[in-house]
Amino acid sequence: MFYREAGIFKTTYAADQALFRIPIDRLFVAAVIVAAFVVVPLVANEYWLGSIIMPALILSIAALGLNILTGYCGQVSLGTGAFMAAGAYMAYKIATNLTWMPIPLVIILGGLCAASIGLAFGLPSLRIKGFYLAVTTLAAQFFLLWLFQKVPWFVNNSASGVPTAPPRAVFGELVTGAEATPEARYLFVLAFTVILALIAGNLVRGRIGRTWMAIRDMDIAAELIGIRPLHTKLSAFAISSFYCGVSGALWSFCYINTVESSAFDIFRSFMILFMVIVGGLGSVLGSFLGAFFIFLLPIALNNVVTTFGLPIATETITHIEFMVFGGLIVFFLIVEPHGLARLWQIVKEKLRLWPFPY
Amino acid sequence: MAEAENVRAEPSAQTRVFGEPVLTLENIELGFGGVKAIDNVSFEVRKGEVLAIIGPNGAGKSSMLNCINGFYKPQSGSITFKGRKLPAMDPHFAAANGVARTFQNIALFRGMSTLDNLMTGRVLKMNRGFLWQALYWGPAQREEIEHRAYVEKVIDFLEIQAIRRTPVGRLPYGLQKRVELGRALAMEPDILLLDEPMAGMNVEEKQDMSRFVLEVNEEFGTTIVLIEHDMGVVMDISDRVVVLDYGRKIADGTPDEVRANQHVIDAYLGVAHD
Amino acid sequence: MSEFWFFLEVLLSGMFAGTMYSLVALGFVLIFKASGVFNFAQGTMVLFAALCFVGFLEMGWPIAVAAIVSVAVMIAWAVAVERLVLRHLVNQAPIILFMATIGIAFFLEGFGEFIWGGDVHPLNVGIPNDAWFVGPEGEMMIQQFDLAAAVIAGLLVTVLALFFHYTRIGRALRAVADDHQAALSVGIPLNQIWVIVWSVAGFVALVAGIIWGSRLGVQFSLSIIALKALPVLILGGFTSVPGAIVGGLIIGAGEKLSEIYIGPFLGGAIEEWFAYVLAMFFLLFRPQGLFGERIIERV
Repeated sequence: MFYREAGIFKTTYAADQALFRIPIDRLFVAAVIVAAFVVVPLVANEYWLGSIIMPALILSIAALGLNILTGYCGQVSLGTGAFMAAGAYMAYKIATNLTWMPIPLVIILGGLCAASIGLAFGLPSLRIKGFYLAVTTLAAQFFLLWLFQKVPWFVNNSASGVPTAPPRAVFGELVTGAEATPEARYLFVLAFTVILALIAGNLVRGRIGRTWMAIRDMDIAAELIGIRPLHTKLSAFAISSFYCGVSGALWSFCYINTVESSAFDIFRSFMILFMVIVGGLGSVLGSFLGAFFIFLLPIALNNVVTTFGLPIATETITHIEFMVFGGLIVFFLIVEPHGLARLWQIVKEKLRLWPFPY
Repeated sequence: MAEAENVRAEPSAQTRVFGEPVLTLENIELGFGGVKAIDNVSFEVRKGEVLAIIGPNGAGKSSMLNCINGFYKPQSGSITFKGRKLPAMDPHFAAANGVARTFQNIALFRGMSTLDNLMTGRVLKMNRGFLWQALYWGPAQREEIEHRAYVEKVIDFLEIQAIRRTPVGRLPYGLQKRVELGRALAMEPDILLLDEPMAGMNVEEKQDMSRFVLEVNEEFGTTIVLIEHDMGVVMDISDRVVVLDYGRKIADGTPDEVRANQHVIDAYLGVAHD
Repeated sequence: MSEFWFFLEVLLSGMFAGTMYSLVALGFVLIFKASGVFNFAQGTMVLFAALCFVGFLEMGWPIAVAAIVSVAVMIAWAVAVERLVLRHLVNQAPIILFMATIGIAFFLEGFGEFIWGGDVHPLNVGIPNDAWFVGPEGEMMIQQFDLAAAVIAGLLVTVLALFFHYTRIGRALRAVADDHQAALSVGIPLNQIWVIVWSVAGFVALVAGIIWGSRLGVQFSLSIIALKALPVLILGGFTSVPGAIVGGLIIGAGEKLSEIYIGPFLGGAIEEWFAYVLAMFFLLFRPQGLFGERIIERV
C-alpha cells in the first residue's frame, strides 16, 4: 500500500538509472543520513556512539572495500587486515612528518598508499585465480604485517613500537586521538562513511562496476568483449585497498588511538570477510548490514551472558563466538548466499504487496 | 523434418555481389597436445556476406571462431584483418576493431541483468575516467545515458524490453541466446561471429533468430560468420558455406555447390576416408 | 668444513619440519582430489583431532584407546560435515564451498576449545626426543624426533598411495575426482565417498596433530601454523600426493635456510611470511604447481 513501484514511471534514462528509483527509498535513505548526522549524536550516549556505532561504521568502510574486490569483482582476498594496516601506518607517517596537513587529507593519502600496495599485490591476479589468489593475499597479509612490525621507520623509531595516534582537529574541534570527544570522532567518521558509500554506489552502477562484475561472472567472455582483465582486476584491488586503508587509518586514529599491527592481523581479515559474506556479496547495503551484524554479535553475546548472570568464563565466550561465527557463515552460504541484503530485499518485496500476501 | 521457413525474399539461386575480403585466414594450424583441431585451413570472409561454417561434430568449427576472436592462438598460419597480417589475433584488438561474438554455451554474465549485459557490450566505447565515475553527475552520467540510448535501440530491435531488468540467469534458454546476440550487437560490430545461434530452439525461435540475423546483415551491412547445424537455415540464409571435417576444409562455395559436393555428403554420412 | 655440516644440518632439519607441513597438506590433497573442495578447515581439523587425543589421554585412557576413539570422532565429524554442509552446497561455485570451509574451520576451532579448553596441552606419546650426532667429528645434529616424524609421514603416504591404487574404494575415489557426473552414472555413491574421504583426511589430521602436538604442545596456534600447508600445496599442486611431500620439503627447507642465512639481515622472524611469498613467486611462473595439472579453458 505505501511502498510500491506501480505508478512510478521513469521518463528519462537518468531517472531510471538513479541510485534509488522509488521515491520512498530516497526519502528513507535521506532521513537516515540526516538522523545519523543530527539526531544520533544528540541522543546516543558516549558508549554507544564511541564504542559501538563509530567502530562499526569504520569497519563498514573496510567491508565496502572487500565487497568491491570479492563481491563485485570476484577476487578472493584474505589480506584485508594488511591493507588496513598499510593505511594506518602510512597515515601515521604522514601526519607526524607533515604536521601542517589537514587530517582528512592525511587519511585520504593513507588510503592512497594502501591503494598502491594493493595494486602491487594485485599484479599476480593476471595469472592466478581463485584459491591461488587467496594464498597470494595471505602472503600480503603476513609479509606486510611483519614489515610494519620490524621496520622502525614506520613508527618513527618509537621505543614501544606502538605509538599513539596524533591528535588533530577539523574546524577547531579535535577529531582524532584520545582527547577528542566521541561526538566529534563519530561525525568525522560518518562523513567519510557517507561519502565513500556514495562513491561506491556510483562506481558499481557505472562502467567500472559492470566490468568488475563481468570479470567475476565470466572473465573469458569479458576479455572477448574487449574488457582488459588485468586493468579491471587491478582497479578493483586498488580501489578496494584504498577503502581498507582509509578504514585502517580511521580505526587507529579515531577508535583505538594507537597504531598497532595486532589490530590488523589475520583474524581481522577473516572478520571482514565474514561481514561481507553475511551482509551480502555484491551489495553496498550488505556491507553495512554485515559489518554491524558481525561487530555487534560478540558484544551482544557478552551482554547476554552478563545480563543473565551465566557462569561462563570470558575465554569460553570467545570459543562460543567462534562457533557462532562459523555456524553463521555456513548457514548464510547455504540458505541465502546473497546475505542480509537479499533478505532485506525480500522484506521490501513483501512490503510492496502488503497487505496482500502475494 | 520441419525446416525454417524461407525468410529471405530473393531465391537462393540469385547470388549477391560482395566486396573485398575483410578477414582472410591462411594455412591455420591449431593443435592441443596430440589432437589436431585445425589442419591447414584457409578461407576468406567477404564484406557484407553471410558465411556459414558447417561440419560434423568435432570438426574444429568453434576452434576456428576462437582463432578469429583471438582466444586461441594457432601454431602456424596467418590472419589478415583490417589490413594487418598477424600470426594470431589479439582479443582486445579484435573487439576494438569490430569483431563480436556469441558462444555455443551461452557466456552471459549471470549476475547481471539483461540491460547491464548489453551495456557491457558498450565498454570499449566508454572512456570517462575513474574520478568522473566516482562522482557520476556530469560527464559520466551523460556517457551512461548516451550509451543507454543505443542499447535501447538494440533492445527494441530484439524485442526484449520486458526482460530488461531480469537477471539473465533466470531467463529461459531461447531468451538468453537472444540477449547474447544483443550484447554482441551492442558492440556495433563489423563482423559478427555466431556459434550455433539456433541450437536448442524450436521452429518459431529459429525463425525469429534467422530474421534478426538477416536484418542485421541487410540493414547494417554487418558481415556474419555463423556455425550452424540446421541445414535448412544454412541453405536459406547463407551466401557462402565452408565445410570442415576433422579439422580440414573439404568444401568452400555457395550453398548449392556445397550441397552437391560428394566429399561433403560422405563426411555427413560418415563414409570412411583417409 | 664445519660450515658445510651446519648447512646440511639446517637443510635436513628444515626438510624434516617440511614433512610436518606435508602431513597437513596431504589432508587437503585428499579432499580436493576426491571432491574438488578446497578444505580450509584442514588445519583446524589437525588441532581438533589432537585436542581429542590429548584430552582422552588426560582422562587417563591408554594410548591405543585414545587413538581409536579419536579416529571415531573424526569419522563422526566427517559424517556431520557431509550431511549438514556439503550436501547442501553441491552445485555451488567452488568459491562458495571454499568460504564454507572457512566457516567450518572457525566453528571447529571454537567447538574444540569449548569442549577441551584453550590451554596448551603438552603431549608425549613416546616419540624419542634425543639427538644423534653424525659426521666424521659428530658435527651434524639430527633430531631423532624429526627423523621419526619423517618416517611416519613416509609410511602414511605409502599406505595412502597403495590405498588409492589398489583398493576398490581407492579407485572409486579417483573416479569421483575425475568427474562427479560420470562417477554417479556408474553407481558410485557420492555421499558415501565424501564421508570416506573426509574420514581419511581426518585420520591424516590426527597423525599430523599427534606429531605437531608432541613437538609444540597442542594449542590454538597449531591451526595458524597449518595455514602454511597452503604454500606447500601451491608448490606441489593441489591434486598431487607426491607433490604435497616435495612441496613440504621445499617449503620447510626454504624457511629454515632463509631464516638462518637471510634472517639476520632483515631482523629475523622471516618464517612468518617466507613460505607465502615463495609460493606467490612460484605462482607467477607456474600457476598450477610442480605436479599439478594445467587447466585448459574452453569456451
